[in-house]
Amino acid sequence: MFKPLQPVSGAAKVILGIAFFVLFVGAWSIATFGGHVPPTFLADPATMVREAINLFVEFNFAYDIAITVWRVVGGFVLAAIVALPLGILMGTYKAVEAFLEPFVSFARYLPASAFIPLLILWAGIGETQKLLVIFIGSVFQIILMVAVTVGSVRRDLVEAAYTLGARDSGIIRRVLIPASAPDIAEILRLVLGWAWTYVIVAELIGSSSGIGHMIVDSQALLNTGQIIFGIIVIGCIGLVSDFLFKAANRRLFPWSLA
Amino acid sequence: MSKLVIDGVNRIFPGVRGAVPTEALKPTSLEVQDNDFITILGPSGCGKSTLLRIVAGLDRPTAGRVLLDGEPVLAPGPERGMVFQSYTLFPWLTVQQNICFGLREKGVPPARQQEIAAHYVGRVGLRGFEHHYPKMLSGGMQQRTAIARALANDPKILLLDEPFGALDNQTRSLMQELLLGIWEQDRKTVLFVTHDIEEAIFMANRVVVMTARPGRIKCDLAIDLPHPRHYTIKTSPEFSAYKARLTEEIRVESLKVT
Ligand SMILES: Nc1ncnc2c1ncn2[C@@H]1O[C@H](COP(=O)(O)OP(=O)(O)O)[C@@H](O)[C@H]1O
Ligand SMILES: [Mg+2]
Repeated sequence: MFKPLQPVSGAAKVILGIAFFVLFVGAWSIATFGGHVPPTFLADPATMVREAINLFVEFNFAYDIAITVWRVVGGFVLAAIVALPLGILMGTYKAVEAFLEPFVSFARYLPASAFIPLLILWAGIGETQKLLVIFIGSVFQIILMVAVTVGSVRRDLVEAAYTLGARDSGIIRRVLIPASAPDIAEILRLVLGWAWTYVIVAELIGSSSGIGHMIVDSQALLNTGQIIFGIIVIGCIGLVSDFLFKAANRRLFPWSLA
Repeated sequence: MSKLVIDGVNRIFPGVRGAVPTEALKPTSLEVQDNDFITILGPSGCGKSTLLRIVAGLDRPTAGRVLLDGEPVLAPGPERGMVFQSYTLFPWLTVQQNICFGLREKGVPPARQQEIAAHYVGRVGLRGFEHHYPKMLSGGMQQRTAIARALANDPKILLLDEPFGALDNQTRSLMQELLLGIWEQDRKTVLFVTHDIEEAIFMANRVVVMTARPGRIKCDLAIDLPHPRHYTIKTSPEFSAYKARLTEEIRVESLKVT
């Protein structure tokens, strides 16, 4: 079991994975129920469950979750629509790359959260501003990573396609795009994960709904149970979206698996 | 008129960052007649691939020209089918879809594509594997698919660059018989690059020997062995005489390299 790179069985994998969660909740219980941490700093698991039910029943938390999911998905889809064609063009044509690469490389390091005050001035505190934060945070990352992926498609595959009579449009549509598709799907999965961190920041400031807004409200009331539950919900949604993406990739690209 | 004319073709690769330029190929001339099966034999690094890539149109000669049926070769095209040493099947396409790649690019109706693909699947002995992805195939099967893919375009000439170089001896020998069998039926003009002397003699009606780098043609030997050839011919006295002669020619060249 403890040899380097030695695979473990499926059952052992599940048990080990669950074991960590058990340990985690165990440590949390000891810290809180044992009285080692005051409840104002950290609620105990039972309180958290009570507060969670309270959130759904009294404060319509399901609506906040839906709003947050919509913001992430909306901003992310917009970013993907803009970034995919640009990234593919950049990876394909070296001239486009020379034109866009320096700016995009610079722009990707601009922290999306630092744009929030500016975006509030431009777009107010409505949905547009939230979507723009996600958009700015995602679009440059996707462009750059897609360009690298498309640009590194095996050269011999491209040459083989040329000797089979493919023209430039055929090379893009029938070689570069399908060859990079699994990696592009992986890039989208990764960036979607990052988009989750931007949305919460966007909702912490100037927002009247969403999971991030709930967390700020709870902080004012020192309700650590609700804050922790909010964080856990975000984690769970991230996990589910990750799982869905992986399952979709497995179905869409069976050829890329062993 | 000759099918293929290689006229004073040479190739000098410019040195990168002030390094001296590499002369890969000295001015080389070769005429290939219709229905010829020519093997180009030479020690590794002598410019065989360079020459073949120029004929394919994947590389441009520094000087000289290549004519196919009197037409100058300027770019890769479907009338010059190519099989590479590295496995260049499109991993996202099944065997059948790979074979149809060029036909689809040409705009052949799907029903006709299927017919042609089915024909070549049979010719290379891959019936039952039409819907397999390249990852699920052995190296020999992949190269057979690559041959079928090139032939499906009905090229004027078939170019093969050490296509069996990565296969084990057993498979390699079977593949030689398979390719020779196809040639004996279709008499498609073939230019076949190899560094294996037996392979060169067994399949060719002319063996062209190249010198060590920078390559040029050193001798051009007609192989008068009867067709159809059976693998047992490799042990015949005539075959051994050719082999002794070519072994000596190659030995001299290989000594220059090491
Ligand atoms: N793109 C390239 N740039 C620089 N040198 C090259 C390039 N391609 C091939 N060469 C050089 O040209 C020589 C001939 O290469 P190649 O045609 O691949 O030989 P062969 O196929 O006979 O083994 C080699 O010395 C190789 O290093
Ligand atoms: Mg070579």
